[in-house]
Amino acid sequence: MQNIMTEEQLNVLKSDMKRKHRNLLVKRFLSNKLALSGSIIMIVIILLAIIAPFFTSFTPYELDAMKRLNAPGGEHFFGTDNYGRDLFSRVVHGARVSLMIGFAVAIITSIFGMIIGLYSAYFKKLDGVLMRISDGLMAFPAILLAIAIMASLGPRVENVIIALTIVFTPSVARTVRSAALVVKEQTYVEALRAQGASSSRIIWLNIAPNVLSPLIVQATFIFADSIIIEAALSFLGAGIPAPDPSWGNLLYDGKTVIFNAWWMTLFPGIAIMLTVFGLNLFGDGLRDLLDPHNNKAKK
Amino acid sequence: MRGDTMTELLLEVKNLKVHFETENGTVTAVDDVSFSVKRGETVGVVGESGCGKSVTAESILRLLNEKHTNYEGNILFEEKDILKLSYSELQKVRGNDISMIFQDPMSSLNPVYTVGNQIVEALLLHQNLTKKEAESKAVEMLKLTGIPLPEKRVNEYPHELSGGMRQRVMIAMALSCKPKLLIADEPTTALDVTTQSQILDLINELKDEFNMGTIMITHDLGVVAEVCTKVVVMYLGQVIEEASVESIFSSPLHPYTQGLLKSIPQIEGPRDEKLYVIEGKVPTLTQIPKGCRFAPRCEFATEICRDKMPQLESYENDLKVRCWHFKDIQEKRGGMNGSRNESQTVNS
Repeated sequence: MQNIMTEEQLNVLKSDMKRKHRNLLVKRFLSNKLALSGSIIMIVIILLAIIAPFFTSFTPYELDAMKRLNAPGGEHFFGTDNYGRDLFSRVVHGARVSLMIGFAVAIITSIFGMIIGLYSAYFKKLDGVLMRISDGLMAFPAILLAIAIMASLGPRVENVIIALTIVFTPSVARTVRSAALVVKEQTYVEALRAQGASSSRIIWLNIAPNVLSPLIVQATFIFADSIIIEAALSFLGAGIPAPDPSWGNLLYDGKTVIFNAWWMTLFPGIAIMLTVFGLNLFGDGLRDLLDPHNNKAKK
Repeated sequence: MRGDTMTELLLEVKNLKVHFETENGTVTAVDDVSFSVKRGETVGVVGESGCGKSVTAESILRLLNEKHTNYEGNILFEEKDILKLSYSELQKVRGNDISMIFQDPMSSLNPVYTVGNQIVEALLLHQNLTKKEAESKAVEMLKLTGIPLPEKRVNEYPHELSGGMRQRVMIAMALSCKPKLLIADEPTTALDVTTQSQILDLINELKDEFNMGTIMITHDLGVVAEVCTKVVVMYLGQVIEEASVESIFSSPLHPYTQGLLKSIPQIEGPRDEKLYVIEGKVPTLTQIPKGCRFAPRCEFATEICRDKMPQLESYENDLKVRCWHFKDIQEKRGGMNGSRNESQTVNS
């Protein structure tokens, strides 16, 4: 029964198991239509944001008084705006700004939300304080709170990230906390304490990996939400400062001429919609993928 | 390991009281419990659900929520009082000197790590080993617990193992640092009967190998008969009888212990007979009877039982019982079914 294995056989076995595990993950991902289509949309948008500027000869800031409000076609794929700037390169540059902000907000809120959520789940006293603060923050409508913070900080890209982080961190902390509360009551946490593990070891090495999946799902939704709120902020003039192309700014510029130049509102609008749609699909798919109840059935 | 370790006292619980502060006032879940464990000895702690056996076990490692719990008394482990240790000293004792196996193997392992990883973690925490050494030690421990293909199993996740396997992993983890005392909190309750006896044999074997003291918490008297040398019977937070396993099965003194033994279904004898039940319910801890705690359910109860609480009295050698009438009961029974030895068959 207990046949001894050589080091070599052992390593072969190990890598074999790892490969199988990886293959299973890939297979599961490919069979999940939501996650797959969401990630394809996102990859296309990200690729466009990176490489498209190299294919147009226009910069997003180049004015041309002779070509104001040209309809799409010819050398301007998406037409021009009211200053004669190339709309395509502005939308593509806007994608860079929006995606960068969304990504940064998703990462930073995840980190803060994780810390706050884990510690408030583990320590009862902290819980009371931290959760009341986040209740307070969540009581404000997200957009109003963001505007208020932007008004006090001033319109800059960094400040948009800070404002959105403050707005979204409480909801991430809530998600992490509720997942961690469940994990905390599991016997293995008690078993770990019986083994002499310290609190921080239990929190970071044992509870944290168990709350990652709801956190990742939440982060993709926050990515999408912060793109929408950033656009709203810029549209209201409280976001990215004017000459910089963000999708919200483009919509704002298009608002006054919406009956003469439909393309100025249509293309940034479609860009926002597609990105958010892709992210939401991706998030939904991830949720199905990472939910252990679903995995069992697919195995 | 030293020569005459068998007789050496390892753990001594002295007048332990555990109070919980709840919304309905203070509840004393463990009331004046004393017992001791020697090296290489297996002590069974028996009782119904809610009698305080798990609380006693968890107090030994101070696993209960300290904010709502007050301890009284002493828990001496190798002459150090665990209740007085600082938190960092306590962490050194946990897992290293005293280990615990839990009831439910299904949720006792972290689902996101391989089982090998979790044994390695316990090893790295307490022993100065490199990662590599710890990994080979983990395989060795798994092999010791009789898991087939331990080299393969270390890389598997808990959900890939059966309940019995997981309990073996838990045992491997608990024993990896060679603890001096093992607390097994109903280690076989969640397992099926064949696996149960395998796990018990395993604990017994390893106990001899490491010369550990073991506390076996259980409500299954079969388990007690199989592995224990001494038995502590608890009822409603108190020790009501303490005796060697032989005398518990052959001549139980306390009416409650007698009731427990009588309610075991017998393989021999007529089948249509109803099982014996102890009348009444266990009172809740908030409404403890004034006198003897078992009095409301006891067939021998008299005025004094309902009025005054009996003390745990030593009787003969190493026998202890908490009952006003145990001598009468013993005499009466002596007349009824002859000698002690007659009922010894229960034990085998």
